[in-house]
Amino acid sequence: MPNMSPNKAPMPTQDPNVRNKNFLEVATGYTQEVAIEEAQRCLNCKTRPCVNGCPVHIAIPDFIKEVANGNFGAAYDVISQSSSLPAVCGRVCPQESQCESKCVRGIKTEPVGIGRLERFVADWHNAQTDIEIKKPEPNGHKVAVVGSGPSGLTCAGDLAKKGYDVTVFEALHLAGGVLVYGIPEFRLPKSIVQKEVDTLKALGVKVETNMVIGRVISIDELMDEYGFESVFIGSGAGLPRFMNIPGENLCGVYSANEFLTRTNLMKAYKDDSTTPIMHAKKVAIVGGGNVAMDAARCAKRLGAEEVYIVYRRSEEELPARKEEVEHAKEEGIIFKLLNNPVEIIGDENEFVTGIKCIKMELGEPDASGRRRPVAVEGSEFVLDVDAVVISIGTSPNPLIKATTKGLDTQKWGGIIADENGLTSREGVYAGGDAVTGAATVILAMGAGKTAAAAIDEYIQNKNK
Amino acid sequence: MYKIVKKKSLNPTVTLMEIDAPLIAKKAEPGQFIILRVDDEGERIPLTVAGYDREAGTVRIIFQIVGATTEKLNHLEEGDYISDFVGPLGVPTHTDGLKKVCVVGGGVGCAIALPVAEKLHELGCEVHSIVGFRNKDLVILEDEFKACSDKFIMMTDDGSYGDKGVVTAPLEELIKAGENYDLVITIGPLIMMKFVVKTTKPYNIPTTVSMNPIMIDGTGMCGGCRLTVDGQTKFACVDGPDFDGFKVDFDEAMKRGAMYKAFERHAHEDTCNLFKKEVE
Repeated sequence: MPNMSPNKAPMPTQDPNVRNKNFLEVATGYTQEVAIEEAQRCLNCKTRPCVNGCPVHIAIPDFIKEVANGNFGAAYDVISQSSSLPAVCGRVCPQESQCESKCVRGIKTEPVGIGRLERFVADWHNAQTDIEIKKPEPNGHKVAVVGSGPSGLTCAGDLAKKGYDVTVFEALHLAGGVLVYGIPEFRLPKSIVQKEVDTLKALGVKVETNMVIGRVISIDELMDEYGFESVFIGSGAGLPRFMNIPGENLCGVYSANEFLTRTNLMKAYKDDSTTPIMHAKKVAIVGGGNVAMDAARCAKRLGAEEVYIVYRRSEEELPARKEEVEHAKEEGIIFKLLNNPVEIIGDENEFVTGIKCIKMELGEPDASGRRRPVAVEGSEFVLDVDAVVISIGTSPNPLIKATTKGLDTQKWGGIIADENGLTSREGVYAGGDAVTGAATVILAMGAGKTAAAAIDEYIQNKNK
Repeated sequence: MYKIVKKKSLNPTVTLMEIDAPLIAKKAEPGQFIILRVDDEGERIPLTVAGYDREAGTVRIIFQIVGATTEKLNHLEEGDYISDFVGPLGVPTHTDGLKKVCVVGGGVGCAIALPVAEKLHELGCEVHSIVGFRNKDLVILEDEFKACSDKFIMMTDDGSYGDKGVVTAPLEELIKAGENYDLVITIGPLIMMKFVVKTTKPYNIPTTVSMNPIMIDGTGMCGGCRLTVDGQTKFACVDGPDFDGFKVDFDEAMKRGAMYKAFERHAHEDTCNLFKKEVE
């Protein structure tokens, strides 16, 4: 008999007024008892709509059934058939618009807490010390992976499991891509990412940091001189966009990438850190996505008294995960919705003193299906702040495109790839944000998986 | 880990190092830069490549000891290792097809100007070099500049060596004397580059400046190094570091370069990627 409780078992979290002063993980995770109880809410229905809601089609009811029976190891095996980064996805996937949005239980009550259960299973697995990783039999073929974010790590892992000799090239000094420079510690502890990277290394994957592909070695050289038969480009969308409004180059205006990189990768959040960052008192974050929420919550934790989210549409259109918005509100982030910045104002030394916004109202739906925000004439006002973080999106880095002949890209910079990830160059595959523009971890992971399968097929056919 | 194969003190505050980094040595060109981290807890600092030996597989860096990171780096000796050394980053200085160029370097900026002058000399271009320092004790690389320059002028602020004055004075004299430069390339403190541009502009001599703003990743990711060029936002790390000097907003660049001065004073003596300070 399933557990007919209308609500998900609540996720235990640190108290909002404690956690908004530290960088420890906000959500502390289910216990075994709670996980089993929540798993019993799954009806194990025949139609399994949740599976279709998952971009990598995890056999969700199967793993949940194992959890309900207390077989956590078996549950992990089910998940790992489809996903390489469950501890990451359980934390950062927008489940409410994916698997959980399709859950039959969700029609009348709250859906099953699929994401929370996935996280529980992954954490349980990672806590086991006696799990041995078997190195697969080498098949003698070399593949290069450019970028160590979610798509690159996934592609590398899948190929390594098939026996490929895989080398991952990372431009920064630490592997993990956006998982380490972007998503903050309190939402995704770096030890979890490190664990995933260590697992890959145990499978035989080589990780070369400090390698800016396109500069130190080109894609052509990887294939012609270094003997890689295929290359996967998962270089992400790292180039920050700005609004092109007056005052954007004032001191105290950051891209979200810079603000988060200083805070996370460069550890500015630690008291003994030597990384400079402005400990602003009042901060405005422009944008409404997950990155904006991350930046707002980091600013609060760095000691800001007032942190505003300035977003031009309404709450309904906020692209961030619901949980992040809720957590941000609990932590005291102030939402200035239906406001659009028109100018950033500075003092005589060109340090930020305020951000001028105009009020917006929602008009007819636009191309994205969301109602288009329209400025309310004469409604300008100035919000006093001493720092502004621009978080309105990113574009793919042009470096690889600029240094790889015959690699076709979209006008906006995204690499053109077919449904298998194949680019306009033979043997060169691409996936993740480098192809789609800024999207989610799980979509990038899915692209890495698809490309790994296509690369395997390509190399096997070539060598027949 | 990257080994320090050579260390030499050029003056009490400026040190030269050669780092074992064969892949970077193979590709580096004048005008490009590297980013290094001394150790695992260190910050990333950009340093422009001061030379390279493709056969030996080494990259030369020259840095002024201005704060925590460069201090820590200077404590290392030959045979020691630094944890990260990444590059070559940025677009190389344009050197092709030039007949006569004046290279204007200031302070530690001369370390970066030298490989540009050498490359031009190698390509058969006539090279005039004007270098400026605060005083005699701070002079570096004089012999090396002389070896690749058809004309060489040394300036010091206090007149303790060479001629007394700023680099723009001899530059203007040479221009007035009818030297028809295809290009002036200037590398040094922002204020110096700003005045070099002011000098060349009335004569409409194309002038390249090498910008070195605060930087973190060096690959176009953070946007911290942005500057305004011809009214547009550019990233020094991927669009530069060389830019058309006539179009750079120097006043904004100088203010952005001073962003963390208070932090440096209060928190640590210096923890910042202020390469600007290093070339002063």
